Amino acid sequence: MAKREYSFYPGCSSQKGASSSNYMVSVQTMCEELDIQLNEIPDWNCCSASIGYAGGGELPRLALSARNIALSEEHNPGQDIVATCAACWLATRETQERLQHDEGLMAETNTALAEAGLTLKADAPIKHMAEVLIQDIGYDEIGAKVKKPLEGIKIAGYVGCQTNRPFGIAGESYENPKYLDKLVDTLGADSIPDYEKKVQCCGGALAFSEPEKSQEMIKGIIESAYDHGADMIVTPCPVCQMNVEVYQDQINATHGTKFKMPVVYYSTLMSVAYGRSAQDAALNGQVIPAKKLEEIANK
Amino acid sequence: MSDMNNAMVEKYRNSFLSEVEANVEEGEWVKMCMQCGVCAGSCPLGDAWEHTPQKIFMMIRAGKREEVLASDSMWMCTSCYNCIVRCPRELPITHIMHGLAHYAKRLGIVPKGQPTAKFAQLFWDNLMKKGRVNELKLGMALYFMNGFGEGVKVAMKNQKLGMNMIKTKRMNPMEIMGGHAVKDLSGFHKVIKKAEELEEARIAKHGG
Repeated sequence: MAKREYSFYPGCSSQKGASSSNYMVSVQTMCEELDIQLNEIPDWNCCSASIGYAGGGELPRLALSARNIALSEEHNPGQDIVATCAACWLATRETQERLQHDEGLMAETNTALAEAGLTLKADAPIKHMAEVLIQDIGYDEIGAKVKKPLEGIKIAGYVGCQTNRPFGIAGESYENPKYLDKLVDTLGADSIPDYEKKVQCCGGALAFSEPEKSQEMIKGIIESAYDHGADMIVTPCPVCQMNVEVYQDQINATHGTKFKMPVVYYSTLMSVAYGRSAQDAALNGQVIPAKKLEEIANK
Repeated sequence: MSDMNNAMVEKYRNSFLSEVEANVEEGEWVKMCMQCGVCAGSCPLGDAWEHTPQKIFMMIRAGKREEVLASDSMWMCTSCYNCIVRCPRELPITHIMHGLAHYAKRLGIVPKGQPTAKFAQLFWDNLMKKGRVNELKLGMALYFMNGFGEGVKVAMKNQKLGMNMIKTKRMNPMEIMGGHAVKDLSGFHKVIKKAEELEEARIAKHGG
């Protein structure tokens, strides 16, 4: 199989010393195993996620993602753009669609980009890494690479919001997406297809500004995983991962619960199932250790 | 109230709907709402809203300008996009909420002390400095956004969380020294400045 190449938009939280730097490590490991080459967009900038709207008007926000797309067109021509962060993917794809449908905004955006000697067409597909896995690679190839099946681990597939809405993965429903469960099964673990919180919002950026309201929602996401007998939660989104993992102490203190539920990325699972080390899977990046994965990785 | 707010009141005095259509991101969709209430029932923070999107849309059409723009409601949007995918008429509700929030902020009518309005502005200012988010500085700014005394309390409450992030190398105390940045920072700033100018010129035309 020939090497697959993509123009890669890693996003702020994936950088060294940032909140999802562990995600980046496991993504790189996973891509090595799947023969995927990620060509980082040179000098990319923040997309302003979904919370940029207070300070940034429509055009400045579109200009942020437009600059990334323009840099990708210049340096990685002909390559699909791939993001691992749900918010990065959403902002970039939303920008592309809005510019394609509004000539006026497109013209203004190009006028702004010209200030830095850039121009854009915005016609390359913009994909989430989950789309690359499911559509470009497929379950068969993903499964064929498994060296250490994740046997005996029960995993709640938490898809969350922005990987799922408003774009989602083609052929999947917004209310009950199944790809994450299929991926869990493909890796030899046990999925929980009736995990009813799979698309429940974790609060997103409001976990910072409205912690009580958000932690109430996060509590439900974890509680339901326990009710289904889950050993851990898996997610494709850095905001979901962080929100559901790192506030468990505070939720325990507020609500008298005893949560200690590991929350990992799909790429963590894949790195371990592909026989890579705990370090390559970034298991040392877990605030709540995923012991069952450590056992398999260290075997 | 800002001068711009007065100008807008003067210009659109008979129709708040027209004002929203002309000045709010995706505002031209508001009149398509058929008042079914699916958005209200789909919102994860629906209980926290004084006015659900459904109500906001009807209030816009009823000309309740002050109540809408000064509302706490659109600042409760978590950007989960449930409302967008469920709306039978495919209104981009999430974007309209963001657009209303931004327009209210532009006019200087944000409810006092609204935490998400504050955080969202901090986030934007943070990313504008270096072209990329500095999570450490953003976290510090968040803790102290309600003053020093409150900040110390919040920081203490989150101390263990911070230590956990540092221990797992998911937070770097050295980011305080500068941190990640785009290389062509001047080009980056020029692009955003131009975009802001173009947008302001468009809005001034509507307001004038």
